[in-house]
Amino acid sequence: MTTVPMPRRPLTGRRLLNKIAEHALAVAFALCFLLPLLISVLTAFMTQRQAGTGSLWPSPWDFGNFGRVFHAMPFGRDLLNTVIYAALATVGTVVSSVPVAYALSRLRWRGREAFFMVVLAAMMLPAQVTSLPLYVLYSHIGWIGTLKPLIVPSFFGDAFSIFLLRQFFLTIPEELTEAARVDGAGELRILLRVMIPMTRPAIAAVGLFAFLYAWNDFYNPLLYTGNSQSGQTLAVALTQLAKSGHQNAYQLQMAASLMFLLPILVLFFLAQKVFVEGIAMTGIKG
Amino acid sequence: MATTVARAGDTLGGARRRPAEGRRRRRPSKTRWWVVLLFLSPFVIGLATFVLYPVVATLYYSLTNFQAGSYRPVRFVGLNNYRTLFTRSDDFWLSVRNTLWMVIVMVPVRTVWAMLTAWVITRVKRGRSVYRTLYFLPSMVPVVAGALSFIVLLNPVGPLNKLLGLVGVSGPGWFSDPAWSKPSLVLMALWVSGNTMVIFSAAMLDVPRELYEAADLDGAGPLRKFRSITLPAISPVIYFSLLTGLIYTFQYFTEAFVVSGSSNVESSSNQLLGYPANSLLFYSTELYRQGFSYFKTGYASAMAWLLFLAIFAVTVVFIRASRRFVHYSGGAR
Repeated sequence: MTTVPMPRRPLTGRRLLNKIAEHALAVAFALCFLLPLLISVLTAFMTQRQAGTGSLWPSPWDFGNFGRVFHAMPFGRDLLNTVIYAALATVGTVVSSVPVAYALSRLRWRGREAFFMVVLAAMMLPAQVTSLPLYVLYSHIGWIGTLKPLIVPSFFGDAFSIFLLRQFFLTIPEELTEAARVDGAGELRILLRVMIPMTRPAIAAVGLFAFLYAWNDFYNPLLYTGNSQSGQTLAVALTQLAKSGHQNAYQLQMAASLMFLLPILVLFFLAQKVFVEGIAMTGIKG
Repeated sequence: MATTVARAGDTLGGARRRPAEGRRRRRPSKTRWWVVLLFLSPFVIGLATFVLYPVVATLYYSLTNFQAGSYRPVRFVGLNNYRTLFTRSDDFWLSVRNTLWMVIVMVPVRTVWAMLTAWVITRVKRGRSVYRTLYFLPSMVPVVAGALSFIVLLNPVGPLNKLLGLVGVSGPGWFSDPAWSKPSLVLMALWVSGNTMVIFSAAMLDVPRELYEAADLDGAGPLRKFRSITLPAISPVIYFSLLTGLIYTFQYFTEAFVVSGSSNVESSSNQLLGYPANSLLFYSTELYRQGFSYFKTGYASAMAWLLFLAIFAVTVVFIRASRRFVHYSGGAR
C-alpha cells in the first residue's frame, strides 16, 4: 500500500521561491545587457539640447536626427563603401578558403600537417606585425585611400576561415568522398558536388563571420583608407562624426550608429542558429 | 570530434582492405602534386605577400631608422630602436603597464562574468533561449558602435550617473577620470562577453544530470558540486576563454582608440591618444601613434616585433601550464 507512485511535486513553497529568484536574476542580467542599447535608441530621438544631459526619456521626441545624419556626414557613400567591402571580402574569403580547407582535410600529400601548423601560426599573428610593411607596399602601388587593401587580401585565403572549414570538413565521412573518387570524379568535382553541398551550413557560418568582420573592421580601414574621403567606411566615419566639431552631437552619433548596426541585427535574427552554432564550434573545436 | 571521425574511418578502411587485397584494389594514394598546388595556390601566394614578406620586412625595418614617406636615406642602426624602447621611452613602458593591467584584470573578470551569466541561463528552464538571445545581442554590436554607446551611457553627467544618483550614489567620471577609465573599458568588455557565454552554457548543459543527482545522494553541497563536477567539465572553455582573451588584449586597440578619441570632444587629433592622462595608452595605440602618426616606421617595427615575441612566449607558457588543469573528457590527453 505504501508503493503508490509519488505525484509530481506541486510548485509550492521553496521550489516556487527558487523559480522566482532564478527568473528575477535572469531579468536583472537582461536589463544590464540591454541598458546601453536602450540608452542609444532613446538618445537618437532626443533634441540636441536634451542629448547628453543625462535625461533618460526624450521630450519632445525628435525624429529628424536620422535624416540629419546625411547632412552631417556623407552617410550614403560611406554605407556604400562598407557594403562593397563587406560583400566582396565575404565572397573572397569563402571562395579562396574552401579549396585550402579541402586540401587540408581530404587530399593526401606530404607536409600537410606542417602546413596546417603554418595556418594556425598565421591565425595567431597580430595584425600590428604586418601592417607597417603593408602600408609601405600599398602606398607604393597607390592603394592607400582606396578599398583595395581591404578587399584584395581576402581573395587569398583567410587562416581563421580555413581552420574552421577544415574542422567542419573533417566531420564528413571519408567514405563519401572516397566513393566519388573510385567513380572517377576529379578532386574539383568532388569538392563542388559532394563536399560543398554537404557543408553548406558551415560555409554559411564562415561567410557570416567574414561579413561581420569586414563590417565591424576598424583597424584596417583606419590605416589604409582613414584619411581619404572617397574610401571611408562607416566604422571609421562614425568616430570622426564624433569629433567633427559638433560640441554635443550625441543624438546624431547614436542615430548614425543605430543605422550602422541595424543591418547586423537583422542578419542576426535571420541567421541566429548559424551564429550560435558557429560560435559553439569555434570554442569546442578550438 | 575530429579525431573520432578519423579513427572510425581508419577502421572501416582497414576492415575493407583485407578482402580487397586479392583484387588489387587501389589504396587511397597521394594526390598528384599539381592538384594540391592548384588548391593551395591562392593561399600560398597570399601567405607569401600578406604574411611572410611583412613579417620579415618588419624585422628588417626594426633594425633601421626607416621613416615611411620621408626621403631621408635609410640607415642600418642595429639594435638601437630596441635599446631606445627599453631604456629611454617612458611612453613605451606606460603602454606596457596599461596593457598588462588589462590582461590581468579584464581577461579573468570577463571569463568569470561569462561563466556567471551562462550559469544563470542554465538555471532557468522556461524562456532560456530568449534570455540567451538577449545576453548575446550586444556581442553582435560593432565595436565602434558599442564604444560610442558607452561614451553616451558613461558620460559624467549622463544616464548611468543619473540612475546612480536616484539611489543616492554619486557616480565617478568614468572615461574622463584616469582612475576609472580602464575599469570602464572592463565594463564594456563584460557587455560583449556573449560569445564566451554561449560556449560556457553549451558546456554546462552537456554535463550529465546523473552526476549531480549522484552527488546529491552523497550529500555534496553546491560548492562541492561546482568544484568536482562543473569545473572539470567547463575547464576547456575556461582555457579557451583565457587564451583568446589574452591574445586579444595584447593587441587591444579599437575600443581604446575610439574612447580616447571621442570621449573628449575638444580634441580632434591623434595626439591625444591615451586620454585621459595617458591612462588609455595601450601597446597597440602607442604603436599606431609611433608608426602612423609620427611615421617612425623603424621604431614602431621594433615595437611590433616585441609584441609578436611577447604573444608567442605567453601563449606557449600558457598552453604548457594549462595541461595541468584542463580536463578533456574522452580520456587520454
